Amino acid sequence: MSKFTEDDLQKELETKEYKYGFYTDIESDTFPIGLSEEVVIAISKKKEEPQWMTDWRLEAFRYWKEMTEPQWANVHYTKPDFQAISYFSAPSKKPKYESLDQVDPELLDTFKRLGISLDEQKVLAGVAVDIVMDSVSVATTFKKTLGEKGIIFCPISEAIKEHPELVKKYLGTVVPQRDNFYAALNSAVFSDGSFCYIPKGVKCPMELSTYFRINQAGTGQFERTLVIADAGSYVSYLEGCTAPTRDENQLHAAVVELIALEDAEIKYSTVQNWYPGNKEGKGGVYNFVTKRGLCEKNAKISWTQVETGSAVTWKYPSCVLKGDNSIGEFYSIAVTNNFQQADTGTKMIHLGKNTRSTIISKGISAGNSQNSYRGLVKISPRAENARNFSQCDSLLMGNKCGAHTFPYIEVNNKTAKVEHEATTSKIGEDQLFYCNQRGIPTEKAIALIVNGFSKEVLNKLPMEFAVEAQKLLEISLEGSVG
Amino acid sequence: MSLKDKLITSFFAFEDYIDADSHIHELRNIAIKSFEEKGFPTKKEEAWKYTSLNVLLKEDYCVFPKNENTIEFKDVKKYFLHEIDTYKIVFIDGIYSSFLSETTHDKVDVCLLSAALSKPKYKAVIENYFNKVAKSDSLTSLNTAFAKEGAYIVIPKHREVEKPIEIINFATGNEAALFLQPRNLIVVEENAQVQIIERHQSLTSNPVFTNVVTEIFAEKNASVDYYKIQNDNHSASLIDNTFILQGQGSNASVHTFSFGGKLTRNNLNFYQKGERINSTLKGVTIIEENQLVDHHTLVNHIAPNCESHQDYKGIFAGKSTGVFNGKIIVEKEAQKTDAFQQNNNILITDNASINSKPQLEIFADDVKCSHGCTIGQLDEEALFYLQTRGIRKKEAQALLMYAFASNVLESVKIPELKTRITKLIANKIGVNLGFNL
Repeated sequence: MSKFTEDDLQKELETKEYKYGFYTDIESDTFPIGLSEEVVIAISKKKEEPQWMTDWRLEAFRYWKEMTEPQWANVHYTKPDFQAISYFSAPSKKPKYESLDQVDPELLDTFKRLGISLDEQKVLAGVAVDIVMDSVSVATTFKKTLGEKGIIFCPISEAIKEHPELVKKYLGTVVPQRDNFYAALNSAVFSDGSFCYIPKGVKCPMELSTYFRINQAGTGQFERTLVIADAGSYVSYLEGCTAPTRDENQLHAAVVELIALEDAEIKYSTVQNWYPGNKEGKGGVYNFVTKRGLCEKNAKISWTQVETGSAVTWKYPSCVLKGDNSIGEFYSIAVTNNFQQADTGTKMIHLGKNTRSTIISKGISAGNSQNSYRGLVKISPRAENARNFSQCDSLLMGNKCGAHTFPYIEVNNKTAKVEHEATTSKIGEDQLFYCNQRGIPTEKAIALIVNGFSKEVLNKLPMEFAVEAQKLLEISLEGSVG
Repeated sequence: MSLKDKLITSFFAFEDYIDADSHIHELRNIAIKSFEEKGFPTKKEEAWKYTSLNVLLKEDYCVFPKNENTIEFKDVKKYFLHEIDTYKIVFIDGIYSSFLSETTHDKVDVCLLSAALSKPKYKAVIENYFNKVAKSDSLTSLNTAFAKEGAYIVIPKHREVEKPIEIINFATGNEAALFLQPRNLIVVEENAQVQIIERHQSLTSNPVFTNVVTEIFAEKNASVDYYKIQNDNHSASLIDNTFILQGQGSNASVHTFSFGGKLTRNNLNFYQKGERINSTLKGVTIIEENQLVDHHTLVNHIAPNCESHQDYKGIFAGKSTGVFNGKIIVEKEAQKTDAFQQNNNILITDNASINSKPQLEIFADDVKCSHGCTIGQLDEEALFYLQTRGIRKKEAQALLMYAFASNVLESVKIPELKTRITKLIANKIGVNLGFNL
């Protein structure tokens, strides 16, 4: 092969088509388009929810009506028409499955093409998979094993019916209904999502995992996830996504709430690879997500994310470090290509004493994409001895893309130690030269450097996920990651 | 009547009275409209998120002081860099004081904007440069609308001004509250060099609100060193809007020393139009009580092979608030840019706070851009070390603070000015450092 230069890489990136673009034809039970109080009530009815839940949704809907879409993010897109979206879609054949044989074979085929065959997952490493196809969970595995430990891991609609006391107590405590435009929308219309409760002192024996897929054209997906780690418990939660190629923009406005009570630890990892639009920037998923965790005393929440998909991303997994000695972490890789736009980062709100936070953010932009880091580190007056370290590095490929950094640092306590550093660079010519000199071809060298650039974050992913993350990086930057 | 209404009504009276050619009148009218539309900035605007002007806008300011006020040189000698010979452009309550000034037309022009705006021989320069780099944000527009007086400095090709130029604005306090809007225009032509020191000083505790705009043009291979000393009374507030347009191969540096004032906002904007340009932005902020200092910097890299270097240090005591918002924009064509930005802060007391937003917007790939921001305290171990050597705690703290700020001081090129600032720092920290560097 002739010399592989960065220009070649760029060309390859531009022409790279979305590999996982296919569409499964499953009869769906879709609501007529539009949003009104009636639709909210209908969703609630459909899910056989108790009255308090319906009221909670309606309250959120009323807040939402008064809110306007946020404009501050560094992204440009056609605003979705919220009256042109169907707010509920679920696969229509939905008996409760006990074994895989009962699952619609077409669905199984989808999973196979995604490379996450259930049988394989069952055998492998002990990952319990709660698959969300469109909005309703259709299969839950390993429920029994988890049940023995007292761990509840189920669709949130089931939790609302079976564990109302927990849902009532925690839902909306970290992300209130009126938190922001998309959180309010989600609160009003969320169709399903995952619920997880780890009892006191229990270490969850396996990684909990959910695969999200957006399937039915024209339906937005409104996932709601609630993870509660009771005192002294530990859980590692994985979330991964791919979506089929559709030309219409699809809206995704999820809400994730994490609650880590005293001495608890939650590790939340995400791999996001939704359809980013074609290379002209047509189509693709709008990803407007609100993720936030609350740490009580000595608790720890760690967010790890690998963002390679979506046309527009607007996502800031945050930690409220309320309890003394609590710890928040954020590790992120965001890759944008073609016309993708990502505005992502984190918020670390230090309220308790001796709270610590770490932010490592890596952005890689190629093609015509725009990649922004936006973060907030806030040290409140009572947060004695708070400590933060932030690092955000950007790698640019070509001069049609952009990398931006918007870090906000607000310190109101003299004992705080806050450090922030950011760099922007391209793959250094001397780095490449050094590799070439040692007999490493340019293509391999680029792979090596990009890999090294992302390593700090990739290392934070759980074993079971790291492989997939690597795969997704490959898809986004194929030809560079070897 | 709110300050905004008052300013707009007085504008029309002012327009009749001013002596300038029609081009300037047109600019003024556009500017006042722009201000009328935008009004004073509020906290809702991203650029003013951490700084509220509300407290300043409540005062009933005198916009046009009627009387010409005089002051004795001996009373204000200490505000001049009197150890060395300098050119001086002095304004008292916004009005030029020929008695205290020392201007020149010998080879270089160091004189007044009012003269330049009205005399035909300056027309070409005014048309080429006046209001050409200033933005049309609300406060700059307000200044443009009322632009009448300020320093006018033009250094022709290949000239080096042999001594520094001091621009000093005094407020006498003869008015209960005073609103000042000086406007400076500085043009440094090809290969020319200049050093300028700017200072705003209020002589009593009557409130003063200054909204100054300075436009600086550094042409090809020119060199400009600009020093801002902000050590005003705690009743005086300053909004400084500085715009610098640099041409190929030029060097420009701005040092800002903020120790005084109630509210100080520095909007410092650099535009690099040409290759191999070097821009330096440095600042030391040491404040206490209820003071607020807000540094907003912008470095816009437009052409390839340029450098920018920013270094801001802040020490915050009492209930003071520090704000830093540094923005580096690297445009598509600006390959091989080397941009560096650093902001270090020390919080001394519990009630002090700092809000920092170091921002990068990069559109070119072959660049080296980095920024760093730290917030912390004096090193306990270093303090202890000094104390074990018999240095009292207060002095030890002062030494460490001085060391913290010293790399900004190092690049001050006028030795007497460096000594002066060292003394100001010692004063501010409340100790005698007992050494001169």
